[in-house]
Amino acid sequence: MPGILMTMSAQHDRQQERLVMESGDIARAMTRIAHEILERNKGVKDLALVGIRTGGVHLAHRLVRRIHDIEGVTVPIGELDITLYRDDLALRKEQPVLRKTSVPFDISDKIIVLVDDVLFTGRTIRAAMDGLIDLGRPAEIQLAVLVDRGHRQLPIKATYIGKNIPTSREEQIQVLLEEAGEDDRVVILKA
Amino acid sequence: MSLKRKDLLSLAPLSADDIKLILETADSFKEVTGREIKKVPALRGRTVVNLFFEPSTRTRTSFELAAKRLSADVINFSPSSSSVVKGETLLDTARNIEAMQADIIVLRHPSAGAAEALARGVKSSVINAGDGWHEHPTQALLDLYTIRERGLPFEGLRVAIVGDVAHSRVARSNIHALSKLGAEVRVVGPPTMMPWGIDKLGAGVYYNLDEALRGVQVIMMLRLQLERQGRALFPTIREYARLYGLTAERVKLADPGAIVMHPGPINRGVEIAPEVADSLSSVILDQVANGVAVRMGILYLMSGAS
Repeated sequence: MPGILMTMSAQHDRQQERLVMESGDIARAMTRIAHEILERNKGVKDLALVGIRTGGVHLAHRLVRRIHDIEGVTVPIGELDITLYRDDLALRKEQPVLRKTSVPFDISDKIIVLVDDVLFTGRTIRAAMDGLIDLGRPAEIQLAVLVDRGHRQLPIKATYIGKNIPTSREEQIQVLLEEAGEDDRVVILKA
Repeated sequence: MSLKRKDLLSLAPLSADDIKLILETADSFKEVTGREIKKVPALRGRTVVNLFFEPSTRTRTSFELAAKRLSADVINFSPSSSSVVKGETLLDTARNIEAMQADIIVLRHPSAGAAEALARGVKSSVINAGDGWHEHPTQALLDLYTIRERGLPFEGLRVAIVGDVAHSRVARSNIHALSKLGAEVRVVGPPTMMPWGIDKLGAGVYYNLDEALRGVQVIMMLRLQLERQGRALFPTIREYARLYGLTAERVKLADPGAIVMHPGPINRGVEIAPEVADSLSSVILDQVANGVAVRMGILYLMSGAS
């Protein structure tokens, strides 16, 4: 699943690492996405952001700040842990550690922008949509991602994309963010 | 970090990190139980069997609700309406249930060690929901969760466990778990209800309730199991209530803000005065509410593919 990224530095020393976005690129992509969200939805009415843990939550907070800079309004933000909705739970020997879902507002009739760092197979987004719909009935669900790396296994498409990065299946994409104690950057790792 | 074990039989072999993982996992499920739709698909297609050889409302209902909120299929099985009355052994009953593809068996049994014996004989995961006077791990875990939810740190926490310690599986599980997390546990009750060697588990032994309550942050009352006392362990219920019953006066001996816990069902006016059970310091109903979230967490952690 694309949400699970290796962060051990020892791990990427041994692997070949290619920089595909640096901090300026990420900042500009986030600013553009914020503008696109406001343009498409004609402002902030009924708008709310929900980040998918963990990377998506950081990016959602950044988008909320940028939307505030542009419109002067802080839109509601939630955090979604999709673990319980994964389609591979029954196949795993050990269950993944849960992190809490926290969506402190009623999502019914809202336009929800799901935010994630990398869009890959689409399975995380399927799980996220199921998780979201268990919380209420949004008027619309849109999807914002920093990186779309292709290789979809489900008919899912992002509404807002920071950057399309063609990859091979064997490669790994890492989105490293300041909030997680790294310098902002996106790298491709070759095993 | 994950719970690497097939069964949950006792808290004795668990590490402090294992216990913390269970409590943190329960946090996620507490959020689920607060939703309008209190159901997640995590255990879809799994089967949980409640095998209860002793009467129980709270624990059985709690496990049933926990399993259903995880989307598992649940079968409730009680011996009075089953082949057990025809002389089938526990293991044979369990193997038959297992043959129907049960993934998790929740066992409540009057004999200590029954869960352990069952776990050795079946491939399904076994969760001990109380075995004789031995342990009741999920009750202790929900007690810990309730203490933690009240913002009380375990390190250095003073806890008094009051009453019939000898016959209490709840007490034993709590002593194991609380000691591992760095709490100071005091057990208090009449000498006839104090098991030999309890101090070896790391608990301080008291026979005077007022003395034991001084300075504690948690008062954990045990139920006087009137139906189980074959022999006379105390002269009269009235005397027991006077010496070991928790009254509002006695609560004042504990730390201000101390919480009062009870695993239920309570004997009002015996081990706990009605005004204490219904007071603001009582977290008895929080314990019940948290029981579902904690059991969801345990079922989730035990449900990895075999």
